[in-house]
Amino acid sequence: MSMTHRHEPPHPAPDHTSELRIDQEIIASLVQDGARILDLGCGDGRLLDYLIKNKNARGFGVEISTQGMHACIARGLPVYHGDIDQGLSDHTDGAFDYVILSQTLQAVRRPRFVIREMLRVGKKIIVSFPNFGHWNIRLKLLVSGRMPKTPMLPHEWFDTPNIRMCTVLDFQDLCRQMGINIIEQIPLAAWGGPPRSPLKRHLVKMLPRTVANLLAPVAVFLLEKGKG
Amino acid sequence: MENPFPNLGPGYQGVECPYVMNSISMNDSSSVGLVATQTVTLFDQGEPLRLDSGATLQPIQVAFETYGQRSSNSDNVILICHALSGNAHAAGRHHADNPKTGWWDGFIGPGKPFDTDRFFIICANNLGGCDGTSGPSSIDPNTGKPYALDFPLITIGDIARLQKALLNHLGINQVLAVAGGSMGGMIALQWALDYPDSVAGALIIASTPRLSAQNIAFNAVARQAITQDPDFNQGDYYQGSKPERGLSVARMMAHITYLSEKGLHEKFGRRLQNRESFSFALETDFAVESYLKHQGSTFGKKFDANTYLYITKAMDYFDPFPDPETTARRLKKVHSRLFVMSFDTDWRFDSSRSKELVRILNLHQKNVSYQEFHSPHGHDSFLLHDHEYKLSLSAFINRLYNEQLHRRTQGNS
Repeated sequence: MSMTHRHEPPHPAPDHTSELRIDQEIIASLVQDGARILDLGCGDGRLLDYLIKNKNARGFGVEISTQGMHACIARGLPVYHGDIDQGLSDHTDGAFDYVILSQTLQAVRRPRFVIREMLRVGKKIIVSFPNFGHWNIRLKLLVSGRMPKTPMLPHEWFDTPNIRMCTVLDFQDLCRQMGINIIEQIPLAAWGGPPRSPLKRHLVKMLPRTVANLLAPVAVFLLEKGKG
Repeated sequence: MENPFPNLGPGYQGVECPYVMNSISMNDSSSVGLVATQTVTLFDQGEPLRLDSGATLQPIQVAFETYGQRSSNSDNVILICHALSGNAHAAGRHHADNPKTGWWDGFIGPGKPFDTDRFFIICANNLGGCDGTSGPSSIDPNTGKPYALDFPLITIGDIARLQKALLNHLGINQVLAVAGGSMGGMIALQWALDYPDSVAGALIIASTPRLSAQNIAFNAVARQAITQDPDFNQGDYYQGSKPERGLSVARMMAHITYLSEKGLHEKFGRRLQNRESFSFALETDFAVESYLKHQGSTFGKKFDANTYLYITKAMDYFDPFPDPETTARRLKKVHSRLFVMSFDTDWRFDSSRSKELVRILNLHQKNVSYQEFHSPHGHDSFLLHDHEYKLSLSAFINRLYNEQLHRRTQGNS
């Protein structure tokens, strides 16, 4: 890269409009305008970039991979190279309006510790994760008798970074156990795109828990510390 | 694992010094080629330079080098700040028959992170230095003799102030980036604090927002080694023999702090130097002793001991964020992009020092990024080739440049 960029004309417009993932779109819709955010495991910075540009958000990302770091720096995003499993000790209590963990929960070693840390530094936290209770995964395991692979979870069992797979019901149990208040939970259907309209969102939330656990490949949770 | 010291050939001079690169030819398309140091005299008339100590200085000579072409509107300027013992010769070579390259030659040149095909790079010898810029070894116009210890004490702020004066003299009001490692990183940070409207981005590498007691202790022992040298003569040694032994000891000790324990051990281990068994005398038994001796004596001959005293003192004093009020005041107007980088085996200014800086900047919601690189080379890593490190430097600088282009196109439309 460093040897070739001089031959390419520099980009006149520093604008990387990239498609958000379906769960990222939902997360973006949950974030209030002008919020201070911390995006944990921000990857290539797509969501962070979107929030800063379109939601006037302030804040930064945390990323462990060098590829992600380079991508974020190239986008001009403030990004901190670090391991979220080490905690968020560099941040004071309640420093952020939202702390976001999008599609990263399944890869952390200490999910409860990370969630506690998020609740400490953030007023609200947003967590999205692939739902291992999705019918497609259940069916694959049932039929093939082997660890299921999906476009979202493409790795072999022996080299997957996703070491903490859970279902929507599992996550709800964890929230209850940790005394976390679920403000909103949005199971995302595998078809028809994200439930953008308020009506559709409302309908999706009405789904019985067990049905949502069966139908949603991904779920997004908006959480806060429980009262008392 | 590769050879842990690919660049530590016999000609390696240690941190912040020119070192011999393997077989660079003048046709090397990634080299800036032959360069020369320029000198300019500033503050020769009118107001003198006012220093943080309250003292004033005039006239002041500044030695600097430039690489690449300056654009017609000077929007492609990058200022490089050298560390304790560096100089203005950051890239290229001074003589066609001398293979010695500038101290950051691997980073400055066509296609390199500080890409001379696009950027105009300036590097000046620091105030108080001994390589062309006014310092204790310069002639005091009032006496016709070297200043020696009559040279006023200086700060990192003073060093940045003189750099700013140099750029003003060259007709440059804004720089795209200020970059430096170690003490150079402190100077880059100082720029972002003192000249917020003049700096688009600051690259602060292997540096710290303040010296720890241990850092100051190392500097204090180094100064003691120099001032206890029988040849020191209260700093007035320019007529006779110089306190080379003291300076050499200072350098040997400092040099240990520039390398990682593992790196040093992997290079030398307990290998004996030119002998089969212990001498059972106070001889140089071990290879590492011989190496350090060589580093020390080379440095002792070419560097000015008084400069070493003054510059280490300037580092000791550096503390832009001593308390919350001062921090808030100093950071209020800062809007440069800041990129803080550290290396995992650096123990002189370890990663926690960079994180401390990032924490302060984050607390005040500054636009700061932080990256730690893996390297076996300790503090010296900032001078040495590393793919990821260079990619990050390039990505940050390219982004600054593209944003500036973007702003200009928007401004024109």
